[in-house]
Amino acid sequence: MEQKKKVKAKVISQTEIADGIYDMWMETDLAGTAKAGQFLCIYPHSESMLLPRPISICEADREKGRLRIVYRVAGRGTEEFSLYHMGSSIRVLGNLGNGFPLKETEGKRVFLMGGGIGIPPMLQLAKDLKQEGKAVEVTVIAGYRNQQLFLKEDMKEYAQVYVATEDGSAGTKGNVMNVIAEKGLSADVVMACGPMPMLRAVKRYAEEKGIEAYISLEERMACGVGACLGCVCKTVEKDVHSHVNNARICTDGPVFAAKDVNI
Amino acid sequence: MNTKVKIAGVEFKNPVMTASGTFGSGMEYSEFVDLNRLGAVVTKGVANVPWEGNPTPRIAETYGGMLNAIGLQNPGIDVLLERDIPFLKQYDTRIIVNVCGKTVEDYLDVVERLGDTEVDMLEINVSCPNVKEGAIAFGQKADSLYDITSAVKKKAKQPVIMKLSPNVTDITEMARAAEAAGADALSMINTLTGMKIDVHRRKFVLANRTGGLSGPAVKPVAVRMVYQTAQAVKIPIIGMGGIANAEDALEFLLAGATAVAVGAMNFANPYTTVEVAEGIEAYMKRYGIDEIGSLIGSVG
Repeated sequence: MEQKKKVKAKVISQTEIADGIYDMWMETDLAGTAKAGQFLCIYPHSESMLLPRPISICEADREKGRLRIVYRVAGRGTEEFSLYHMGSSIRVLGNLGNGFPLKETEGKRVFLMGGGIGIPPMLQLAKDLKQEGKAVEVTVIAGYRNQQLFLKEDMKEYAQVYVATEDGSAGTKGNVMNVIAEKGLSADVVMACGPMPMLRAVKRYAEEKGIEAYISLEERMACGVGACLGCVCKTVEKDVHSHVNNARICTDGPVFAAKDVNI
Repeated sequence: MNTKVKIAGVEFKNPVMTASGTFGSGMEYSEFVDLNRLGAVVTKGVANVPWEGNPTPRIAETYGGMLNAIGLQNPGIDVLLERDIPFLKQYDTRIIVNVCGKTVEDYLDVVERLGDTEVDMLEINVSCPNVKEGAIAFGQKADSLYDITSAVKKKAKQPVIMKLSPNVTDITEMARAAEAAGADALSMINTLTGMKIDVHRRKFVLANRTGGLSGPAVKPVAVRMVYQTAQAVKIPIIGMGGIANAEDALEFLLAGATAVAVGAMNFANPYTTVEVAEGIEAYMKRYGIDEIGSLIGSVG
């Protein structure tokens, strides 16, 4: 595995692409080895904030050495990041976590399901599956609050994209599960990232259909590197590292086979 | 320049250690720092059997600090002995194992298992605020602290460090009790019990409701307690609480600590430990100090 490191990256661009949702590109050699589904820990400059913020990698330009994150301003840390502009330095620890298992898509029809701020990692995943993967068919199902369909056009370059909106202003009214029902879609494997109720629905759906689902989990983190045991999730079997039914989301995840975790 | 310090006959190449629970067993941070540069690695608290710890969320950031309520999740002494100690033995650093338990017997069980190992010292955790049984119950009353310290001392083959809780009325009374019971050294401070409330959801941020506060926000409290304790007892003190850089570490040394430990700031910067060690050397060079011992307790 590629060694984790903390770097000072340079912000290339930043724009607000939906209300409170920011799209940032940064220049860093971490891009060369970044995998879809991995995340970065970003340290605020303000010393009043100790802990890095875990943010998923949205897109990696591995040749040019650029990483893209798309994140929601949710507190003081992300608010600080949203004020960065071209040329700002940004302190980043990466690349963290395991990423989505691309080989599990070989010869299969794949759903990439993203809900809200869980949509961004689906972009790089769709891109990798299109460019290197051996999946038969890739379908993105993205759930939004409203018609601010951030990243939809980007994802359309690599996959068929269906959307759901909570307010019904675009696509299917409701959530990602409503899209599957309304459009009569099916798949052989699911990759998902989004809020917990959505991930629970995805896990149930996969169980009912007898297919595998890989879900990306989120939890409050401190270290980001597996030392503090802050960000654990409940596992069905005893975890090989912890020797209890807890796995570390930052290190053993964030992507888990849905059947292996109790959520 | 001599940066070596001695605690209960054990020599450390420099006074910089890791605070238990913030550094795992060193493995995770060995990707970032050369463990050979540290005086000691203090491992995460270990019990006689694996512990699941608390529900999540276990972490909350606060202004200049953080709350944790991990609940001493640990894989148990067997795994520590099979996996973590051999890993640490590859490095030229001292190994201090933090020991936790729910009953006195639990503690003694672990202490006994560690007896014939290459572990250099034991740190007895009687101050974790995040578990309901054991731990803190032994560390908030002077007579209970005295009793567990004597029991551990009778069983222990290595020197014993008692890790003190700041959540007491008079820390020096606790320190004296530990010293009277035969403790070889003190670690201080463990975290301060705190709470954070999410006003939008009207919920506690931590599943455990309360958690232990650490980070730069607690440093002045920790320095004060180390200073007071250094005046009250003769045994050496390992000082900790929000150390982010060499200046912070030096405050503890000047206040009377023989060694220091870096805790929460490992999370804010994984290179903190080595930066502190290098910074102390730079300070000694700048002020022409040959012996680190001359700094200890030298505030006036």
